[in-house]
Amino acid sequence: MASIFQGFGAATSLSSSASFDTKKLQFSSLRSLSGKRASCVVVRSGGVKMDSDSNRIGGRGDQLVTNAVATKVDNPAASTASKPGHELLLFEALREGLEEEMERDARVCVMGEDVGHYGGSYKVTKGLAPKYGDLRVLDTPIAENSFTGMGIGAAMMGLRPIIEGMNMGFLLLAFNQISNNCGMLHYTSGGQFKIPVVIRGPGGVGRQLGAEHSQRLESYFQSIPGIQMVACSTPYNAKGLMKAAIRSDNPVILFEHVLLYNLKERIPDEEYVLNLEEAEMVRPGEHVTILTYSRMRYHVMQAAKTLVNKGYDPEVIDIRSLKPFDLYTIGNSIKKTHRVLIVEECMRTGGIGASLTAAITENFHDYLDAPIMCLSSQDVPTPYAGTLEEWTVVQPPQIVAAVEQLCR
Amino acid sequence: MALAHRSSGLLKPLSTASSSSFLHRRPYSTDDTTTITVETSVPFTGHNCETPSRSVDTNPKELMTFFTDMALMRRMEIAADSLYKSKLIRGFCHLYDGQEAVSIGMEAAITKKDCIITAYRDHCLFLGRGGTLLESFAELMGRTAGCSNGKGGSMHFYKKEACFFGGHGIVGAQVPLGCGLAFAQKYRKEGHVTFTMYGDGAANQGQLFEALNMAALWDLPAILVCENNHYGMGTAEWRAAKSPAYYKRGDYVPGLKVDGMDAFAVKQACKFAKEHVLKNGPIILEMDTYRYHGHSMSDPGSTYRTRDEISGVRQERDPIERIRKLILAHDLATEKELKDIEKQARKEVDEAIAKAKESPMPDEPELFTNVYRKGFGVESFGADRKELRTTLP
Repeated sequence: MASIFQGFGAATSLSSSASFDTKKLQFSSLRSLSGKRASCVVVRSGGVKMDSDSNRIGGRGDQLVTNAVATKVDNPAASTASKPGHELLLFEALREGLEEEMERDARVCVMGEDVGHYGGSYKVTKGLAPKYGDLRVLDTPIAENSFTGMGIGAAMMGLRPIIEGMNMGFLLLAFNQISNNCGMLHYTSGGQFKIPVVIRGPGGVGRQLGAEHSQRLESYFQSIPGIQMVACSTPYNAKGLMKAAIRSDNPVILFEHVLLYNLKERIPDEEYVLNLEEAEMVRPGEHVTILTYSRMRYHVMQAAKTLVNKGYDPEVIDIRSLKPFDLYTIGNSIKKTHRVLIVEECMRTGGIGASLTAAITENFHDYLDAPIMCLSSQDVPTPYAGTLEEWTVVQPPQIVAAVEQLCR
Repeated sequence: MALAHRSSGLLKPLSTASSSSFLHRRPYSTDDTTTITVETSVPFTGHNCETPSRSVDTNPKELMTFFTDMALMRRMEIAADSLYKSKLIRGFCHLYDGQEAVSIGMEAAITKKDCIITAYRDHCLFLGRGGTLLESFAELMGRTAGCSNGKGGSMHFYKKEACFFGGHGIVGAQVPLGCGLAFAQKYRKEGHVTFTMYGDGAANQGQLFEALNMAALWDLPAILVCENNHYGMGTAEWRAAKSPAYYKRGDYVPGLKVDGMDAFAVKQACKFAKEHVLKNGPIILEMDTYRYHGHSMSDPGSTYRTRDEISGVRQERDPIERIRKLILAHDLATEKELKDIEKQARKEVDEAIAKAKESPMPDEPELFTNVYRKGFGVESFGADRKELRTTLP
């Protein structure tokens, strides 16, 4: 049986704060963990170092290579010592997570275009087909609607398929299967069937890939009831989220980004699984909460450097879980900083930022000192020309300007 | 009492018109050792495969079971019709009366480990798979005793233990799912098959051909059953399909055309298909059948076909009548006994409806149950995960 771990990193560290009753949550989490053999080490995303005096969650944020896109290590002190763990690229981390799960559970299988003999168009499944066979790493014809449906049917029978869309945009063809069958079957069958599929693939704006291959589907899928959505952004969380998604009994859509596949990071040797619904504290701060996910995390961290030089102290949270939102971590942050900036790659209209703005306004209105600012991509098809493409997406100078305006 | 060694025509029936001679009344035969050979109404037509023989072996018990079960199904659908008209069933209600032979014949040829998946005309298939009348009616009326706790409705009947996978509202979407079921069966090497059912309307869906391609490519044990009732809602098949020979449309996939109003033809075809598919990969079975009601309860069914046509089919090809004639010809029961069986079916259905009406409507917390599987998202929290909106099982 898949053992599911729920780490409440944020909960434990903020027990000193009087405004929340976290005890109930702590006990419920402990109850769920008791009785299960701890065969995995759960490393909670923000909980490695805890500063009990202030309400700050330190931890991985310090050791993280924050602007890996520019391939410069931010914290030289941490990298000189021979650290435990091994270094790898993000697609390799995904593959490691996938392979470990396939090894662990014979019901896990992969299906998608060119995942088998070709090794995956982004090399995520490289080497798996020779190892596990053609049926377990299945090369499908180009028929997204049907092979997604096939994966869901196989899941109804007890398998745990991972369905890969070569590009997230192609999954629009499978929207009916994802929405009606994947999301709703557990409900309409009165709980008889579970659909433990993982639907994953790269999306987002790449390097001049054109309008149809630069789509961000998180906004289209977000209102489907019954599914969970997560977006990975570093090799560490990519592997952890992949494993958590495979072990989850619910359908999970894992959003990867085309430009992040070659990020390099050192990840632990020992096995770890991350919590699907938890956000990651990238950089704790005091002045403003910046919520972001996927590739925009790196733009934000680049802007954060400039902001720090200018004297601001932004708190950066990678929300990771796009459905449901981790309103717990987000809420605590807002209660501290009182200003929110959302930076996303989704379209302006009806995107993740729009939903997040609504959710924050509904729940934390009293804590806000300024209106929520949301920076998203423009509501245009992504143009091919390089300059135009750059203007479609949010860039670090815009983030800096937005924070300055917010903190006036 | 043992009537085990009757051969056809040796002994005349004891009572025909006069019901008074019940001195010698015997219960109808339930023995399953005598073999009766029945000929199907029409021979099978094959595409790229040899056809099974027209002679089907059966026994008295099976004949009586066919009659009883079909009478129950017919009665259930008619009762559903009147429940809909009295507004106890809302929304969409697609009735299967006329097509019962497909369900009955299929069940006779397979086990409960073989999977069946179908579209929205699923009430009788659910019953055939072992669902109870109470579960059906309660689900139709949206009560908690329903098979999906009242949350699915007419188009979402499922029975996991009996490998009945529903129950799908979107035309054609169940075909890739069916191929997925077959994929899992092949993955697990269990030796079972999947019957993926769809209609003549869905036969024009692209995803069907995509799924067929994949099933043929990987030799999946999938039997695609096209229940051709000749009308895709209001559009006749010749107006929707360039080639209404649905059993031929698989091209490289073999096909068989079967008289879907003859339960024995269906039984023979399904048996044949099961053996074929375990060795050779997918096959298409086209069941030539007919529905008496319209497409659904909101469709009168008479704007696109004549009443003469409907009554003509009812007179000549009705599946229950065919079995009745067979039973009477082989002297397995009297007319009165058959009528008693139908009365009994009516009684059972009425009882089930009464019981279903007593079942409560789901409460508000039920709104949030089963959205997610236990362990994630099952506790619906408000902000801060502080306020527990509802406690769920």
